[in-house]
Amino acid sequence: MDYADSDPSPDAPAGEEGAASWQTDLSRAPAATKIVIAGGFGVGKTTFVGSVSEITPLRTEAVMTSAGEGVDDPDAVPGKATTTVAMDFGRITLDADLVLYLFGTPGQKRFWFMWDDLVRGAIGAVVMVDTRRLADCFPALDYFESGGLPYVVAVNHFEGTPRHEAGAVREALALAPDVPVLIMDARRRVGVVETLLTLVGRALDVSPGVPGVPGATGVPAARGAARGVNPA
Amino acid sequence: MTTAAPAPPATARVPAQARAAAPRRGGGPAVRRSARVRPYSLTGGRTRFGHVLLVETFVGAPAAPRAAGPGPDVPAPGPGGLASRVLPEARAILGLCRRLRSVAEVAALLKMPLGVVRVLIADLADQGRIRVYGSGHTPGRPDRALLERVLSGLRRL
Ligand SMILES: Nc1nc2c(ncn2[C@@H]2O[C@H](COP(=O)(O)OP(=O)(O)OP(=O)(O)O)[C@@H](O)[C@H]2O)c(=O)[nH]1
Ligand SMILES: [Mg+2]
Repeated sequence: MDYADSDPSPDAPAGEEGAASWQTDLSRAPAATKIVIAGGFGVGKTTFVGSVSEITPLRTEAVMTSAGEGVDDPDAVPGKATTTVAMDFGRITLDADLVLYLFGTPGQKRFWFMWDDLVRGAIGAVVMVDTRRLADCFPALDYFESGGLPYVVAVNHFEGTPRHEAGAVREALALAPDVPVLIMDARRRVGVVETLLTLVGRALDVSPGVPGVPGATGVPAARGAARGVNPA
Repeated sequence: MTTAAPAPPATARVPAQARAAAPRRGGGPAVRRSARVRPYSLTGGRTRFGHVLLVETFVGAPAAPRAAGPGPDVPAPGPGGLASRVLPEARAILGLCRRLRSVAEVAALLKMPLGVVRVLIADLADQGRIRVYGSGHTPGRPDRALLERVLSGLRRL
C-alpha cells in the first residue's frame, strides 16, 4: 500500500524502488516496529521476508570484532577475530503511520552478539524450522527462551519431503505447550501473514496488562521461576 | 491423514529451562555482553547525546539550502566525530536521507556495515545535521496498543 511516487528520484540510489508516501514527508515519521525471522542456513528466512515485503528484501551486514576470551564462542581464536553476519530485511507499511520491518538472520550461536542488538524493542521472533535439519534451530530457540522474547515456530515445509504434524515437531523440539507451531510454506504469502498474525497474538498473550495472565514479563511465571532467570 | 508421517529426526534438545541448573559456558547474557568489544560502540543503541538508533529507527535530513554557503552537507570544521573525518560516507548518508530511511535501509543501500553506519548517523545526529525520529512508541517491548495496531494492520493485508 501507499506507494506515492515511483518516479526515479535523484536521491534514490540506482535500482531503488519508488518511495512510500510517508518517506517524502520529513516533518514526521511513522511508528516503526520489527519482527525477527531466525533459523538455520537455507531454511527459507529470506523467502519468508520476500513473500510479504513491499520492497525486494535488502541485505545488510554487521561486522564484529571479538577481543579477549571469547567466552561463549567456540570459534573464537585468542586475540582478535572478525565475524560477519548478513541480514536480509523487508518492510511492510501497515498504515500511514505504522511500518513493520522483518529481519531475517541466521541462528548460529556465534551470531548471538548481533541478536542482542537486533531484538531490542522487537515484537518477537519467528523461528523457522526445516524438519530435515531440526537441530539447526536449537540455538535460536535457546536464545529466545532464555531471553523471554515471544516467539512462534514456523515449519517451512519443502514439498517432496515428509510432512510432520505440529505435535510431533513440538515434542521433538521440547517446546512448551503454549508456544504456537505452524506448518507453512515460506513462498506463500497467506501462510506467512498467518504466521505473523500468530506471533503478534502470542506477544499480546504474554504482554502485561491483561488481568489473570501471569506472564507479565513475557516469560510464563512458572518457567521463569524454575530457571531462576530475571527476564529482561 | 492416510499415512503416518515418520517422526521428525530424534535429535535430543534440552530446553533452556531444564538446563538452568547446569553450569553454562559464558555464565549467561551479562558475561556474554561484557566480554565483547564492538568495533564501534553505542551503549544500549544510544548515541552520546541520547538518540536511540535501532535498526528500524527512522532518520531524515532535509535538502541543503542552495547557494547559502556551507549547508548541512558540508561538515563543520574543527574537532568532530567520525562523520566529520569520513566525508564521502557522511555526505552519502545525508543525500540518501532526504527521504525518510531506517538505519538498516541506509546501511543496505550504501552497502556499508551496519555498525559503521550507526556511528556515522550518531555523529551526524549529535551535530544536528540529521534528524533521528522517535520510534513512535515507548522504548522496550512494544506495548499492547502497538501490538493491536500491528495486528489490525496485518489483518488488512
Ligand atoms: N521447495 C521449497 N523451496 C523453498 C521454500 N522456502 C525456501 N525455498 C528455497 O530454499 C532456498 C533457500 O531459501 P532462502 O529463503 O534463501 O533461505 P535463507 O534462510 O534466507 O538462507 P540463508 O540466508 O542462506 O541462510 C531458496 O532456493 C528458496 O527458493 C519452500 O517452502 N519450498
Ligand atoms: Mg537469507
